[in-house]
Amino acid sequence: MLQAGAIRFAFFRLLGAIPTLLLVIVIAFLMVHAAPGGPFDDERALPAEIEANIRQSYHLDEPMPQQFLRYLSGVVRGDLGPSYRYRDYTVSELIGAAAPLSLWLGTLAMLLALVIGIFAGTFAALHAARPADRWISGVAMTGISIPVFVIAPLFVLLFAVQLNWLPASWSGGSGIGRYLLPVIALALPQIAYITRLVRASMIDVLGSDFVRTAKAQGLATRAIVRYHAAKPAMLPLLSYMGPAIAGILTGSVVVEAIFGIPGLGQLFVRGALNRDYTLVLGVVIFYATLVIVLNAVVDMLYGFLDPRIRQQ
Amino acid sequence: MRRTFVLRVLALSIAGLLLAGCVGAEDTGNTLHRAIGPEPESLDPHHSRTAQAQSVQRDLFEGLVAFSPSGDLVPGVAERWQLSDDGRRYTFELRRDARWSNGDAVTASDFVSSFRRLVDPATASFYAESLIDITNAKAIVNGTMPPDTLTVSAPGPHRLEIELERPVPYFLSLLAKPSAFPVHPPSVALHGDSFARAGRLVSNGAYKLDDWQLGAVIDISRNEHYWNNAETAIDHVRHHVTVEPAAELFRYRAGELHITSTVPVEAYEQVARERPDELRVAPQLGTYFYGLNLSREPFRDNPALRRALTMAIDRDVLAEKVIGRGELPAYSWVPPGTLNYEPPRMAFADLPADERIEEARRHYREAGYSDDNPVSVELRYNTSDTHQRIALAVQSMWRDALGFEATLINEEFQVLVANMRAMEITEAFRLSWLGDYNDAYSFLSIFESDNPSNMYGYSSDRYDALLAEAATQLDPDRRRAYLQQAEQLLLDEHPVIPLYFHVSKHLVSPRVAGWRDNVLDFHYSQHLSLR
Amino acid sequence: MSNALAAIPRVRLTGVIGVSSAVLLAIAIIAIIGPLASPHGYETTDFDNGLLPPSAADRHFFGTDDLGRDQFVRTMMGARITLTVAIIASLVSLIIGVAWGAIAGYAGGRVDAVMMRIVDALYALPFIFFVILLMVTFERNFMLMFIAIGAINWLDMARIVRGQTLALKEREFVEAARLIGVPAWRIVFRHITPNLLGVIVVYVTLTVPQAILIESFLSFLGLGVQEPRTSLGALVSGGTGYMEQAPWVLLLPSTLLAIILLAFNFLGDGLRDALDPRGIRQ
Repeated sequence: MLQAGAIRFAFFRLLGAIPTLLLVIVIAFLMVHAAPGGPFDDERALPAEIEANIRQSYHLDEPMPQQFLRYLSGVVRGDLGPSYRYRDYTVSELIGAAAPLSLWLGTLAMLLALVIGIFAGTFAALHAARPADRWISGVAMTGISIPVFVIAPLFVLLFAVQLNWLPASWSGGSGIGRYLLPVIALALPQIAYITRLVRASMIDVLGSDFVRTAKAQGLATRAIVRYHAAKPAMLPLLSYMGPAIAGILTGSVVVEAIFGIPGLGQLFVRGALNRDYTLVLGVVIFYATLVIVLNAVVDMLYGFLDPRIRQQ
Repeated sequence: MRRTFVLRVLALSIAGLLLAGCVGAEDTGNTLHRAIGPEPESLDPHHSRTAQAQSVQRDLFEGLVAFSPSGDLVPGVAERWQLSDDGRRYTFELRRDARWSNGDAVTASDFVSSFRRLVDPATASFYAESLIDITNAKAIVNGTMPPDTLTVSAPGPHRLEIELERPVPYFLSLLAKPSAFPVHPPSVALHGDSFARAGRLVSNGAYKLDDWQLGAVIDISRNEHYWNNAETAIDHVRHHVTVEPAAELFRYRAGELHITSTVPVEAYEQVARERPDELRVAPQLGTYFYGLNLSREPFRDNPALRRALTMAIDRDVLAEKVIGRGELPAYSWVPPGTLNYEPPRMAFADLPADERIEEARRHYREAGYSDDNPVSVELRYNTSDTHQRIALAVQSMWRDALGFEATLINEEFQVLVANMRAMEITEAFRLSWLGDYNDAYSFLSIFESDNPSNMYGYSSDRYDALLAEAATQLDPDRRRAYLQQAEQLLLDEHPVIPLYFHVSKHLVSPRVAGWRDNVLDFHYSQHLSLR
Repeated sequence: MSNALAAIPRVRLTGVIGVSSAVLLAIAIIAIIGPLASPHGYETTDFDNGLLPPSAADRHFFGTDDLGRDQFVRTMMGARITLTVAIIASLVSLIIGVAWGAIAGYAGGRVDAVMMRIVDALYALPFIFFVILLMVTFERNFMLMFIAIGAINWLDMARIVRGQTLALKEREFVEAARLIGVPAWRIVFRHITPNLLGVIVVYVTLTVPQAILIESFLSFLGLGVQEPRTSLGALVSGGTGYMEQAPWVLLLPSTLLAIILLAFNFLGDGLRDALDPRGIRQ
């Protein structure tokens, strides 16, 4: 019964996302085309007739509404079009090549951040307002106070150039070594956010009536945290996770640039700077879909974990 | 017991992976690791645009003619050639042993179909322009004639004839460009526009494409069928995509790269101090300059102001102190080292600084400006530390010498280009012009009234006439004289303010042998070897 | 009215809150006064004296940058711009977010659904997409671009305020106002929003550091403020190239940036602990 309900919920949730996605495509399409400069502008201007040939081959000579409909009908058929810059590949192929690595790195970074963040946050909450808490909070805050474009090159300088322990770049090594520095660099700000989030919500839960009751019954702190407080305290974390996972994918531009990782962030930024309209739109659609799906998953998990919502 | 065993295996395997991660480029034996800069947009010679794509293509393909390590034109697929007396008909004799990477013979008809593909409007090639002087090419690009009317023919399997609309003294340089490389006709027929991918690409150069990990590396290896394979020393070459010059330098220092694509400005001094033998700096065919928009105030009909601004800049300080990476101050438009050419020098080039500035002030007053009646312009440049540094320096030189105020505006590259082309809001803007081929005409032609790259609004009947005259000259001396006159006119009228001539900058590992600096900055992997 | 204003929580300026506010105030004052005390201008170049280490003798307290410009003055100018930009962006996101959220929450029904659908759509667009395209379009005016950034950053605020408004509109004092015929807009902005002040204050303190980080990220991409103006993000990003040859060029601005970020984050957390913590997250 509950499962059928969940499936129905998920189905309608995703069905309801279609207008959102459509809105996303419209906004993105308009913004991309409104940006000054075009995909074929270069220092070396092309002769008019050659530029005309190129524009024609990409249907850029058509009126804007027609271009939009052409694009949209492609998207509906699952075709994100050809890249304007990388002419040997379609946008789907480019995303297909970059997304798995980004997802993988993002997942690893997020797992690392979760493990450290939950542990540190809970520990800080249990020692709230005592030195341990102050230290953990301080370190966590420092993690978000130094931009990653400072930390990442420092890592490389230290561990790759000076100590020669780890490769300086993605294609400079193989195996787990090349994951280490980028994953840590990606995880650092997340560790900080998660620690703070868990600390705050854990303090909140530990102060609630049912925990006090449990305490009064003489349960050990460890047991209280594990069996009573953990689940409700992780709820805010859950709603943070959806956008955070998606954000780590496109937000990893800096880490990708410094470690030479062929991921989605680089693809997107290069696409935007080159005015590769289809590539940019393709990544936007991919990202939006991911956000919508992740949020739906989060909502469903919420339903399972939070009895109050289930009753509604 | 069992648990500890599992843990131990786990720990060992992680340690193993870590160790595997440590081994970088060093121990992969006969593999050359070279950085190319940002991702090449295509390996299809008819679709590529950028230098980084072309540097990979030069390893993969070979045109009728090629370049030697020192940058001279040498026979490629063509063994020898003849030019008719009127300078319009080339006859090439192709090597009989030229082979594609799948063993097929490279024939004259491969070139015929490749050249047709280049100018075919359906291909929509950026560089269709490079063969535009072949008879009928323009009409084909315009879509008014079919591609098979291009006057390139194959009277025999190893004989190729090309007929030009007019004599083009630098035509061989054009044939050495990637746009004139042959593409394997059966692969194009089979795969269409996406033939230039790993697993599909059949090429005729010293190397063949093994793998292309998008955004990361392009792996190529020795083409066993290449006619000159015996001379190729390096078996594998890995072209690395590098986005950040600073990160690229780290990678070089960590031993992951043998050759870098550049040297970051910030690190130049340190590198020059610490690795003087690995640093290779060489003049390049390129001019860094500020373009002026002559179609708008204040530069319209105002040569005196343009001259004052040109003269007020201390190019020696700019080249040595502000940029300081071996760049040469530009006292002409065409860079020195251009084939069969000697550029005229700006008249004030040898004046002492105070006289030069005095003269500049005189022109500034002549143009009607003074401290009481100042003028200011917007100076646009695309976002980059180097451009900013130079703009700040020039701004302060203008301010000190003339009291002239330039407002700096940095724009993202595509925006700058769009503004330059529209010519509606630009006043002064920074650009670089890199020679398309080693000939003064490549630099001078952009100031012809109808040239699409003329974003300066420069239009001079005399200039156009001089270039037209040069175009018909078969005698190199007379041609050079016309081109020099044209450049002199340019230097007198100042549609642009040349600042310095580009240099190429690389770090080359002591392990790499056979590297020769050249003005084209072309370094074929087949000419290199690893010690 | 008095009823509504009484709901504004009072926070004592002690402990974490006091220290971090004091630090921020001190930085703001030094950033304003500091450059006046220095003999150097922030855009005066000196090509013979690039990358000088810090020294009190020639009054280059933070050394000079690659163009020989005084790093102390530039760092202070950078701090000014960074703070201004971050605060403006946060205020813009505050105004839009509160108005949007309160209206959607109070109106309910179809208006609410449409307004929140728009928020959903904007949420699903990658943030850097907006940022890059806005930068490209508004490059010449950095105030405008931060107004634009604020205009994107309001989504969280809108969601939180909407949630709070939904809860508040069932409360007696709102009922009462409605019964005596106070117009809807007045209820929203006079009765409901003041009650959200605690949440809003905390949220804004946490938005400011985010805006600062966005600004520094933009500087890394080369899309930041226009030279010769500078920001802490631009200084730090430019300084990374000199981390070996002239570490002070990187170190001093990054330290200041880190202190500002830390202070804002501590302030936000402190305020959140001091005010009702439940109100924020539900």
